[in-house]
Amino acid sequence: MNPKPSTVNRKLLTDMELILFYIAATISLVSTSIVITNKNATHALIYLIVSLLAIAVIFYLLGAPFAAALEVVIYAGAIMVLFLFVVMMLDLGRDAIAREHRWLQPRSWIGPGILTFVLLLEMLYVIAGSPLQTSGIPVPPKAVGMQLFGPYVLAVELASVLLLAALVGAYHLGRRYMRARREEEPDQ
Amino acid sequence: MSAPLQLLAWVPALPLIGFLILVVTEGRLGKLPVALVGVGSVGGAALLALLVSLRFVQSEQDVYVQTLWQWLAVDGFGPTIRLYFDGLAMVMVGVITGVGFLIHLYATGYMAEEEGYSRFFAYMNLFVFAMLMLVLGDNLLVLYLGWEGVGLCSYLLIGFFHTDPANGYAARKAFVVTRIGDTAMIFGLFLLVRELGSLDIQTVLHSAHASWPEGSSINTLIALLLLGGAVGKSAQLPLQTWLPDAMAGPTPVSALIHAATMVTAGVYLIARLNDIFLLSPAAHLVVACVGLATLLIAAFSALAQTDLKRILAYSTISQIGYMFFALGVGAWSAAIFHLLTHAFFKALLFLCAGSVILALHHEQNVLRMGGLWRKLPIPFFCMLVGAAALAALPLTSGYYSKHAILLTSFDAESIGPWFWGVASVAAFITGLYSTRMIFLVFFGTQKTEPHDRSGWNMTLPLLVLAVLALGGGWFGLNAVAGVLPDGGVKHGEHAAWLAWATTLIPIAGVLLGCVLYGYRKTESATDAAPQPLRGESIAGFLRGGWGFDSLYDALLVKPFVALARLMKGDPVDSVFVATAAVARLLHKITATTQSGQLRWYAASMGIGLAVALLLAVLV
Amino acid sequence: MTAIPVPLDHVFVLAATLFLIGFTGVLVRRNVIFLLMSLEIMLNACGLAFVAAGAHWGAPDGQVMYMLVLSLAAAEAALALGLILQMERRFRHLDIDAISELKG
Repeated sequence: MNPKPSTVNRKLLTDMELILFYIAATISLVSTSIVITNKNATHALIYLIVSLLAIAVIFYLLGAPFAAALEVVIYAGAIMVLFLFVVMMLDLGRDAIAREHRWLQPRSWIGPGILTFVLLLEMLYVIAGSPLQTSGIPVPPKAVGMQLFGPYVLAVELASVLLLAALVGAYHLGRRYMRARREEEPDQ
Repeated sequence: MSAPLQLLAWVPALPLIGFLILVVTEGRLGKLPVALVGVGSVGGAALLALLVSLRFVQSEQDVYVQTLWQWLAVDGFGPTIRLYFDGLAMVMVGVITGVGFLIHLYATGYMAEEEGYSRFFAYMNLFVFAMLMLVLGDNLLVLYLGWEGVGLCSYLLIGFFHTDPANGYAARKAFVVTRIGDTAMIFGLFLLVRELGSLDIQTVLHSAHASWPEGSSINTLIALLLLGGAVGKSAQLPLQTWLPDAMAGPTPVSALIHAATMVTAGVYLIARLNDIFLLSPAAHLVVACVGLATLLIAAFSALAQTDLKRILAYSTISQIGYMFFALGVGAWSAAIFHLLTHAFFKALLFLCAGSVILALHHEQNVLRMGGLWRKLPIPFFCMLVGAAALAALPLTSGYYSKHAILLTSFDAESIGPWFWGVASVAAFITGLYSTRMIFLVFFGTQKTEPHDRSGWNMTLPLLVLAVLALGGGWFGLNAVAGVLPDGGVKHGEHAAWLAWATTLIPIAGVLLGCVLYGYRKTESATDAAPQPLRGESIAGFLRGGWGFDSLYDALLVKPFVALARLMKGDPVDSVFVATAAVARLLHKITATTQSGQLRWYAASMGIGLAVALLLAVLV
Repeated sequence: MTAIPVPLDHVFVLAATLFLIGFTGVLVRRNVIFLLMSLEIMLNACGLAFVAAGAHWGAPDGQVMYMLVLSLAAAEAALALGLILQMERRFRHLDIDAISELKG
């Protein structure tokens, strides 16, 4: 693909791209942290989308363009929009934000914080044991597709059944909700 | 075999058939058919027994054995149902069926106005059957069957008036106390099977002679265990306490079961197994001592009773004590002879007492009786005869038998005179309490108006029994001699003074009684109980049967109840309760983790992950 | 199109950190909406780890796994949001702590 890149150029490019990776990582970490601390659900969702987009960048850098595309289209696009719809449907206003304020007392962070910190230390210890590089070989969507419909076809089937079940379940739950809403509205 | 002897099997069979008829009809029969079945079966049995006995005496056999069937056969142990008829059995069968028939006849009148007429005769017939199996059984297992059968009937009949809880208590007491003896006896039987391999009475006696030297310890143990059974059934020391309470039953029951027949089963058992006791001088001596202690204690207790039937109950204990005493000193024939005469005069006394009690509307307290001899001449006359026989006045039946016992006791080795002396004191007391009873009931001022309601069916047995009580002595010792080893009743070999003294001592008792009680006729009804012994506490002590009841209560019943109360809380169970409590506690602890709080679950998962990772990292 | 050899442990550290941030969110937030978002963060972190592992060997399996995770996340989001709607209708609040009927 890149028949004769000069070593210097290649190295410079790699360094720049590495920096890109760290920038994206930082963005995702920061925006994710904001997601779990934010009191406004809509704002939190926007930050979550930012985080997901940053991770899509990382996917791209890792040589997984198809995964990056999916991240943007399905995660940041479809799922998050679904969230957004629901949040708006629930009509969370100032009261909700005040309630979140009430719920998020500083001391409620202590226990989970300690636990997470311990887990983080342990995971870091485990990860530090194997300092490896990624291969740098991009994995084209075609290869992924070959794998998916080759050895993993059963998993695909299972996933499709899962999605079907989720579809039916979501339809069922949502229909009853909508019907209840319709019944309530004339009274109001 | 001559044909009539075969009829022996029908002697116990008839009462059984009568019982079955009465049970199956469940009291639907009228009173007359019930009486016909109940009395007729025993009467028929008595008639058959008479025929068989006559034939038996004519045939001059020693024994007649009739094998009915094999009961069971288990690896060399095969008891057969076999009837064994000899002189001893003849006497017992005669008493059971003869006296039993008279008492049944009497009961048709006595029980006429009671509930459960049919039930009463069913029990009585079953009793007669069981008692006959007891005395006719050739095998100790069959004997034990009858033994428990009469115990059951005794229980049922003591508690016959079951609506009063006190009667049920008395019945239970009798059952439980005799059960102690029965348990000892069954252990004795087990030992016999183990040692001799058989329960067949004749085999046992033979092999006992062959296997055991005189005074061997196993023999003594078996003899003492069997004695335990006899003591329980015959209400001897230390298991005598049930008999006075057994008077809760109807009076004919007291007459038949608790005077004439069942309580003498112990005497029969020892007499039947005489060789076992002869081989063990120690056990034999124990028999004598038990009898002696019982006859003395019970005689004193009889002196202080105020309940007419309890007087007779204690006198029964005392008289059976005489029989045990006679067995113990080797006067086997005299013991059985006394059993025979005692059956006559004590049944007579009980039936007379029943007539008096019935006439006084179930008043049993002798202190509220008195002056009845004019109103109830036949019971008075008959009771006089019975009391005379009980006191062993000359020419009555009791005189001959008791006289023989006392004389024989004098010959017992080394301690004979002491035996004789103590027994004579008791004989003196017997005269005293007999007289007291007669005077309190029939003389003095009349305190309750009697209504004589006895018909011929009640009067006839009284008269017949009175004749027997008077003349029963003329059967003499010969009737039962030869069946049992004669322990040296040396007729006429005793010093003249001894014979005279033995004769005169009861008379002295009677005379003293006349002096003490004869002049009390003018005293008022509200007078305190006439006491032969001054001092209420001593009299109360005697009236309570020497405090045996409270002694057993304190020694056995109270600890047992305390233990039962302790066990009611299930101390052993508390281990399991504690286990359950621990499990419940653990459950409660783990259940608190199931708080329903999703975040808590997630946190616990995180903690688990942290711990797992920590372990993975460290190990 | 080229891919750069990123230090694998750095990606894993990133994934672990994201995962734990999501986990903290699950533990801390009482609002079900935020709880679900935290769950999505955690799932996404897992996907990141898969893709990174796939990139290490240049194998497509990591991405396959990522897609499965993705479909799981989609299904979960659809169902959970339906449940949230029901919860809102029934209890008039979104407090996960108040829903503890499954208490032991």
